[in-house]
Amino acid sequence: MNQEKLQDLQDKARIVRIETLKSIGHLGVGHVGGAMSIVEVLTYLYYAEMHIDPKAPRMPERDRLVLSKGHAGPTLYSILALKGFFPMEWLLTLNQGGTKLPSHCDRNLTPGIDMTTGSLGQGLSAAIGIALATRLDKRGNHVYAIIGDGESQEGQVWEAAMSAAMFKVGNLIAFTDYNKMQIDGMTKDIMDIDALESKWLSFGWHVQRINGHDMQAIEDAVTRAKTVTDRPSMIVLDTIKGKGCTCAENLVGSHNMPISAEQLEEALTALGAEASAKGGN
Amino acid sequence: MAKDMRDVYAQTLVDLAENDDRICVLEADLMNATGTKVFKQRFPERMFDVGVAEANMVGVASGLSAEGKIPFAASFGTFASRRTFDQFFLSANYAQLNVKLVGTDPGITAQFNGGTHMPFEDIGMMRLVPNLVIIEPSDLVSCEALIRAAAAHQGSMYIRMHRKGSNTIYDENEQFELGKGKVLVDGTDVTLIAAGFVMVPEALKAAEILKKEGISAAVIDMHTIKPLDNELVLAYAKKTGAIVTCENHQVTGGLGGAVAELLTAEYPALLGRIGAQDMFGQVGTQDYLIKAYEMTAEDIAQKAMATISKK
Repeated sequence: MNQEKLQDLQDKARIVRIETLKSIGHLGVGHVGGAMSIVEVLTYLYYAEMHIDPKAPRMPERDRLVLSKGHAGPTLYSILALKGFFPMEWLLTLNQGGTKLPSHCDRNLTPGIDMTTGSLGQGLSAAIGIALATRLDKRGNHVYAIIGDGESQEGQVWEAAMSAAMFKVGNLIAFTDYNKMQIDGMTKDIMDIDALESKWLSFGWHVQRINGHDMQAIEDAVTRAKTVTDRPSMIVLDTIKGKGCTCAENLVGSHNMPISAEQLEEALTALGAEASAKGGN
Repeated sequence: MAKDMRDVYAQTLVDLAENDDRICVLEADLMNATGTKVFKQRFPERMFDVGVAEANMVGVASGLSAEGKIPFAASFGTFASRRTFDQFFLSANYAQLNVKLVGTDPGITAQFNGGTHMPFEDIGMMRLVPNLVIIEPSDLVSCEALIRAAAAHQGSMYIRMHRKGSNTIYDENEQFELGKGKVLVDGTDVTLIAAGFVMVPEALKAAEILKKEGISAAVIDMHTIKPLDNELVLAYAKKTGAIVTCENHQVTGGLGGAVAELLTAEYPALLGRIGAQDMFGQVGTQDYLIKAYEMTAEDIAQKAMATISKK
């Protein structure tokens, strides 16, 4: 990607962080850590890769995305709002009674959400079903799925891994957000999932591992994954939990954390949010 | 050779799929048990056997449904319910999708597979899923009709299906509607409300036994357990004043539980409940088990007389 595109995507990622933190900060509590770690991959997919139309969120030929780590919904909501799927004002209704933006993704409430998720381990199976239906309908679109590293401790993920390879869903590209942390501590200390690449490889997937905050690396990996059509693809993203949020970066406790007005202000300032755009509490 | 109920299930799906490319079938290594090999032979691209991985099966079915397919996913009732409950609850039902989950070998029909494979709790679990429709066909005619109704119904369903053996209760042209019970025998002294392949015939036999005792028993085939046909239950509660539910399931949580809840709230009437009385399953022949769990026609008749005696 040229410097201009790179700069543009990095700036979009910065704005996505700002809007996501404003949304969570307005409520005062939320899944900051895992929302921040997937900002780059979601920004890249929605701004530079996926075939989508905010005016036709259910058009059949669109690319799909299943955010299996559904608690990171707020990042996706920010992108969908910025892309025009729904008004920006909705972002400040996150998790309020009657909102269309619940903590975990809901396909029936939020335009642009392709699958309801929230109970960890279930999204990859659904993504496989979506990919199989895509194949039955002879459409050329891709199906993306994002799972968490802690989520990868769920047995269903590996049931899904086996079946995706067996059914040769070459139109499925999955990512693992490997930020190395889960609620109770470091994944290596709680239930080590390491050797993720060889795990997925041995389950029959095409596997890559990249810096999940590097737009160029994400583009290269997705481009390569799209050339693989006889197997599903896994792209392991080395990420930093809470990335880019001053009060959450690399913090084990950032899975679901309170965020004060002062912390929000500090984080937004660090991200270069313009004073008038800070909003928040 | 007489057809098994599973053959009707599989052939009905093939027939439906001939004219509807949305129909898909999923199995978890029980294709031969469920009889859906014929579907695989006819529509190999629409049959997905995920191996021994029921949770993934329901998840994949949910994804297919999110794209407008109509997936029928089957396993033994124990695994279809207990092993996939969260997946079925969330990925299929909370997501408002259209997954038809089939639980086979209900209750004592699990026979030699025993307590590990004997679902006495599946309906109870499924009744807690909001808006879920639950059916249990009692013969081959109702099986085909209700499978067709299930395919036409927009929304997830739990289909409790007998697998081996056949019986005939209905004429082949009988019409069925989800949520509307069938009055098989009218009566004035007691109402036997039964569901499924084992218990509807037992209830019919019980009505004959009672007739010899001078007791007029109505028999209802409650093929849809949720939503319960409240109107019909209340009409017969008023008409006969005594009800006995007959189910191949725990007496709590399922048909007996549903009827008890309705009567308590709307029209308290005498109620007896035939089924497993807070017990686990066990191995044995169906003949042995139906006696062990006191679910025979004689047991039903006695329960009816005991219930009437409280009038």
